[in-house]
Amino acid sequence: MSSVAQKRGFGAALWDWMTTVDHKKIGILYLIGGGFFFVVGGIEAMIIRLQLLKPNNDLVSAGLFNDLITMHGTTMIFLAAMPILFGFMNYIMPLQIGARDVAFPFINSLGFWMFFLGGVFLNVSWFFGQVPDAGWTSYASLSLASTGHGIDFYAIGLQIAGGGTLMGGINFLVTIINMRAPGMTYMRMPLFTWTTFVASAMILFAFPPLTVGLFFLTFDRMFDANFFDHQMGGNTIIWEHIFWIFGHPEVYILILPAFGIFSEIFSIFSRKRLFGYPAMVFATVLIGFLGFMVWAHHMFTVGLGPTANAIFAVATMAIAVPTGVKIFNWLLTIWGGSISVTTPMLYALGFIPSFVMGGVTGVMQGAAPLDYQLHDSYFIVAHFHYVIVGGVVLAILAGVHLYWPKMFGTMLSETLGKITFVFFFVGFHCTFLIQHWLGFWGMPRRVWTYMDGQGWNTANLISSIGALLMAIGVIVMVINIIMTTVKNVRVGNDPWGDGRTLEWAIPSPPPFYNFTQTPLVRGLDTVWIEKQEGNATGLTFAEPVTDIHMPHGSIIPFFMSVGLFIAGFGAMFHQETSWGLPLLIFGLAWTFVAMAMRSLKDDLGYHVTKEEIQRDITNASKGGQN
Amino acid sequence: MDLNKKFTPETWPEHPERATLEGKNKFVGFWLFLGGETILFATLFATYMALKNKGPSGFGFSTQELYQLPLVFVMTLLLLTSSLTSVYAMHHMKNYNFKKMQLWLAITAFLGLCFLGLEVYEFNHYVHEGFTFGNSAFSSSFFTLVGTHGFHVAVGLVWITLLLFRNAKRGLNLYNASKYYTFSLYWHFIDVVWVFIFTVVYLMGVIG
Repeated sequence: MSSVAQKRGFGAALWDWMTTVDHKKIGILYLIGGGFFFVVGGIEAMIIRLQLLKPNNDLVSAGLFNDLITMHGTTMIFLAAMPILFGFMNYIMPLQIGARDVAFPFINSLGFWMFFLGGVFLNVSWFFGQVPDAGWTSYASLSLASTGHGIDFYAIGLQIAGGGTLMGGINFLVTIINMRAPGMTYMRMPLFTWTTFVASAMILFAFPPLTVGLFFLTFDRMFDANFFDHQMGGNTIIWEHIFWIFGHPEVYILILPAFGIFSEIFSIFSRKRLFGYPAMVFATVLIGFLGFMVWAHHMFTVGLGPTANAIFAVATMAIAVPTGVKIFNWLLTIWGGSISVTTPMLYALGFIPSFVMGGVTGVMQGAAPLDYQLHDSYFIVAHFHYVIVGGVVLAILAGVHLYWPKMFGTMLSETLGKITFVFFFVGFHCTFLIQHWLGFWGMPRRVWTYMDGQGWNTANLISSIGALLMAIGVIVMVINIIMTTVKNVRVGNDPWGDGRTLEWAIPSPPPFYNFTQTPLVRGLDTVWIEKQEGNATGLTFAEPVTDIHMPHGSIIPFFMSVGLFIAGFGAMFHQETSWGLPLLIFGLAWTFVAMAMRSLKDDLGYHVTKEEIQRDITNASKGGQN
Repeated sequence: MDLNKKFTPETWPEHPERATLEGKNKFVGFWLFLGGETILFATLFATYMALKNKGPSGFGFSTQELYQLPLVFVMTLLLLTSSLTSVYAMHHMKNYNFKKMQLWLAITAFLGLCFLGLEVYEFNHYVHEGFTFGNSAFSSSFFTLVGTHGFHVAVGLVWITLLLFRNAKRGLNLYNASKYYTFSLYWHFIDVVWVFIFTVVYLMGVIG
């Protein structure tokens, strides 16, 4: 970002960000949007833990508690974890494969705005006082009985946000298939790119069922349909199947990019090639396949019968094999490496034992008979927080520290980073380890409060204290970010000193066209190879300096998303008001007109001329910022 | 990309829809999108099969009495033929024959419109018999599955109409060739889905 850009007025800057189709800016938008919802979901979690601090507590009402657990889960999964990972995918993946942008920059922007306005739509429910309250899984027998518009906010908000995610998934797939730099074969792609690829393929096949399920729910609640109402011949189990056919792949969609980030970190900070790279790729793809074949392990107690339960139990346990392959490969990457324990590396080292524990409790639940004992207890809560927080959130925090200098050109303080890690890591185990025992001792999940004298008091107190420690960790990180931004000490191309992949061979932050010339990729960890051979820049180019074709920005993605946002309110209120139906039609027509404008008006993009690029190259070689 | 570049049938590339990076991206992206659509329809089919003939106690509708195969047969013929005409259109596109391509696409759109008209008639008929959207689980799943297909046809019609009018005066170029081509992919996909609807919903409903 040039200094000229920072001197413009606020309005111009806002317009620039709202119309941007640059994958790096959209990546940052995803991080900001996801970060905002992460804080919202975190506050909800803190209130939950405060309510459960002591027995017979009445800090919040039982109804509000249901609202809180539902919104905490929904927000964290759909609006925090996914978008933050999408932010990294957007920013880093095209740089790793030597591309100048994603395949569909316009759709990339549309995906972001749909996610963001869908998330806003869901959270507007707080202001209406009618909040989703049927759990993040929103099982139909509960959600059809829920009064008010809470579940409507859930169904429509997630529909809009989910559409954005699906577009993002297709976009990343096409980018990786079509836009790799010369020499970047599939088996030379950095592992983060590979995990982005597999996670995107999973999004492509997992999100359409969610779309259909949410439409069924919308139709049942707002348009008189009867998919789930057994009195009208419907079947409530259909929702559970559809939800988990989406929901189980979803957790792998979250964890695979996290694996990718950690693979990069282990390799960089051990100064070694990733051990068993082909096996890592194979394990990633295998997890992607198996992830679709295990959904019914969420439904063992539904009564599908012993045959179905046995098949899904075996498939579930099978996933532990490729995951184990990965764990051993990471350990062997560290082994014999020249290790530097930086903040990202600390997270990576903490991740291995944490995630293994979450994985092992997962296999325990995969044993169907044992699951009958564990089902709906705090053991389940402990398990999925161990994989989601111990895997995904640690990866997100590690990724923030690792890629911050690349994205913003300044280095986060290592001291504060390590303090963040200690608070968060200790707090995390303090919160969730004890919950395994709470489950064994019989505490059911999703309870508003509990009676005294059941032996749960101390454990719940410990758990709540842990949550406080995690919150302190996050606050330290925010302080770190603010201090770093204020100090604004600029860093060079490769601030960690041991970058191995293409993103570490270009300026921090990269110019808007990423690469002055398309790079030539000579092997896995191509920049490392170049540096080993004495090429200090880390790059060999595949082409001379030529004109670069870039897409135009556009406000249309924002308008299309606004139309859907409006239509959502129309659908929600069409039964009780006269203006609902016209508003629904108006919103959809708005979106359609915006889309037609995009289609009818040619957008051929523009060219950055050779001379401008040559000037940037000259400036950079003089040491100036470009 | 230069929109004004003039081609002759000789200089026109063999795969105009994939001749540019944008075209290549659209080609791959649209195939992937159709993969997602397949899963979407698979979910709708599975739900329909689970809820077929299910309704409240004393429910009076069944697939055997409801569906009329002659009407559906005509609809099937119309849609299958429209798929064939879109193949002709793509043949002419590859030969750089813009006028014939536009003509065959217009015929495709006309056939699609006839199909949609018959579907509206069919739905209207059911509703008048009391088989409404909210009548039962069966009706909800039927109208959602077949209606989603019909919605796709309607979207396709708007799409091709816009394309035909937008490009009527300027002819073929490498910018719009991929747009025409993705439309034809979409239209074939709609056709394949209809083959499954014809089999699973109507044939298996009446005969099975």
